[in-house]
Amino acid sequence: MLEQMEGSQAVATAIALARPQVICAYPITPQTHIVEGLGEMVKSGELKGCEFINVESEFAALSVAIGASAAGARTYTATSSQGLLFMAEAVYNAAGLELPIVMTIGNRAIGAPINIWNDHSDSMALRDAGWIQLFADTNQEALDLHIQAFRLAEDLSCPVMVCMDGFILTHAYERVDLPAQAEVDAFLPPYEPRQVLDPAQPVTIGAMVGPDAFTEVRYLAHHRQLSALEKIPEVAAAFKARFGRASGGLLRGYRMEGAETVVIALGSVNGTVQDVIDEMRADGMAIGSLAIGTFRPFPLAALRAALAGAKRVLVLEKCLAAGVGGIVTDDVRRALAGEQVRINTVIGGLGGRAITRESLRRVFADACAARLERLSFLDLDTGVVERELARERAARRSGPTAEAVLRQLGAPGSRLG
Amino acid sequence: MIQQTIKFYQTGTFTVGNRLLDESQRSVQANMERTNSLNSGHRACQGCGEALGARYAIDAAMRATGNRLIAVNATGCLEVFSTPYPESSWQIPWIHSLFGNAAAVASGIAAALRMRGQDDVRVIAQGGDGGTTDIGFGCLSGMFERNDDVLYLCYDNEAYMNTGVQRSSATPPTARTATTMAVGDEPGNPFGTGKNVPLIAMAHHIPYVATATVANLRDLEAKVTKAMALRGARYIHIHVPCPLGWGSDPALTIRIARLAVESGLFPLFEAAHGELTSRTFIRRRVPAAEYLRLQKRFAHLFTAGAEAQLARVQAIADRNIERFGLLAPESAS
Repeated sequence: MLEQMEGSQAVATAIALARPQVICAYPITPQTHIVEGLGEMVKSGELKGCEFINVESEFAALSVAIGASAAGARTYTATSSQGLLFMAEAVYNAAGLELPIVMTIGNRAIGAPINIWNDHSDSMALRDAGWIQLFADTNQEALDLHIQAFRLAEDLSCPVMVCMDGFILTHAYERVDLPAQAEVDAFLPPYEPRQVLDPAQPVTIGAMVGPDAFTEVRYLAHHRQLSALEKIPEVAAAFKARFGRASGGLLRGYRMEGAETVVIALGSVNGTVQDVIDEMRADGMAIGSLAIGTFRPFPLAALRAALAGAKRVLVLEKCLAAGVGGIVTDDVRRALAGEQVRINTVIGGLGGRAITRESLRRVFADACAARLERLSFLDLDTGVVERELARERAARRSGPTAEAVLRQLGAPGSRLG
Repeated sequence: MIQQTIKFYQTGTFTVGNRLLDESQRSVQANMERTNSLNSGHRACQGCGEALGARYAIDAAMRATGNRLIAVNATGCLEVFSTPYPESSWQIPWIHSLFGNAAAVASGIAAALRMRGQDDVRVIAQGGDGGTTDIGFGCLSGMFERNDDVLYLCYDNEAYMNTGVQRSSATPPTARTATTMAVGDEPGNPFGTGKNVPLIAMAHHIPYVATATVANLRDLEAKVTKAMALRGARYIHIHVPCPLGWGSDPALTIRIARLAVESGLFPLFEAAHGELTSRTFIRRRVPAAEYLRLQKRFAHLFTAGAEAQLARVQAIADRNIERFGLLAPESAS
């Protein structure tokens, strides 16, 4: 059924269709509309057999989810940014305990300086916590990925984060195709836990593990992630067979035929990237793009195969590893080990700065012409940076940087693009 | 379990011998059917108050629930000594997640059980004082205010024992720990710090709050049994001496716990929906010094010049006695 709705509402609807039994909610922008939508469905009786729990922090949200999942309930929560960091200890714990919790990340920058807008700093910070990380390009995909996520999580007994760009997707109204309940039920059978707290068959979960076994337990976690590289395409194929549309999977290529320059990106920016590629293809440039749909586990082999004909790769990243550069780039480089491929990193869209077609076209053209630096920052105002550095050099007590930069810029919002 | 109404004392102890009681009034531990939920073979220290308290509390909860019980454990001594991989002392479904989230994990289990139609299965969360009064306090308060169907047991040994005896917010004034050294003008833990979590629990107006001690195990069993007959958030704060951390003789764990009660330093009471409903009268009042002297963590109180500090501890005991009405009317002067 086609409907025009907000991205968050589309995700809430998808979660409801998956028949969760426990949902924990703690407010943080920009994921809040999702749990608000679910709370209303539970309270009105539209979503039956589900408990909606308002908790006191994100740490509690995921901890309640850990308990609920260990007791055999299909469990969901959502968070963003500081919230993900605040629950970080529980994020690792849920994965270590092999609990198939599904969590939406409404991707948002991390402070300081505090910023509510979109980038990928939050999910990147927790990329190696043992969760599967799926990134949605569109609201339709966000909806579809959540339905796939429960099946993946429960098949593998591994938690899954579905990452969608805050505001750009969560707050955008788009047409989505809502699947029917019967179809979702056929795709997603009731949760059969691999381990469960049950008085009839008592088990100990979460025991102390020392040096004698820790390596093996960790290796098995790695093995589970690697097996997800096979499971994810299977689930995506099963989804396509049932619902008739392609969603999810490891990588999504766009105009890759004969592409000498390939742009790699995660999330909603792929829409803009594809528009620019259309323009450049029309001009006769051999350029294509790859959307990374699965960031953890990282599809090394699939990426290497997809880039077999590429001469140049431009990794467009919405996150900065300060002092290093790109995070995704490191994994791309690992996939291309031994290949003579030039890799450029472009950091863009930090803290919600708009990534425009014009800016992308400029850096893509620079990349094609091999005149792009290894690491560059999209639309960085070097004048502002130079003036601030000079100011800091001039006085010992130069004060807080962020506030000084804001003073330089004047009117708020004048540079949102 | 019905509580006895006749006073029936054995010399030197508060507990009446089981053989003198009707079968239905005998202790859970005295029963052949007891579950040994925390089984023998664990690695607690000799004289560990926490192991003793946990064994009595969980077995009583098991009996009260017809063995339909799940336990959540915060990180800490109890978790570590009971589950050295690949062994486990737990004969019941048991989960350890993190140091600070036992109450929240228990809330999640309770919710899952409701949604799975297993309302008869009950949930206990347990932790030490650090996991309860400090790092787990946010989750504990959240569980209380939502009135989630969880009994939380705090085994209070008044410091972080598992990490090597550091101060917690349950460490009493003057106590020496690894982070409140017995040096300087005010040796040990400073006065005027710490928090009383049973009273804070009462401020949440939850159905049941109690304090208990390993010196009175029948009372502990009775309180756990009473708590399991109720629904909603419940809290029992159990005083458990730690020979290692307190510098006390492992053989004296029960006596030290009893002296804490008899001196007034650890009041025993119950509360329902925020109101005190009962307190256990002190049977034979003792000076605080009798309790303190048996513990090396208070050794500096018994050196020349420490009289004022000792008097301040005694004043805390006196205030507790007055505040909670711990002297029976006939013996109050």
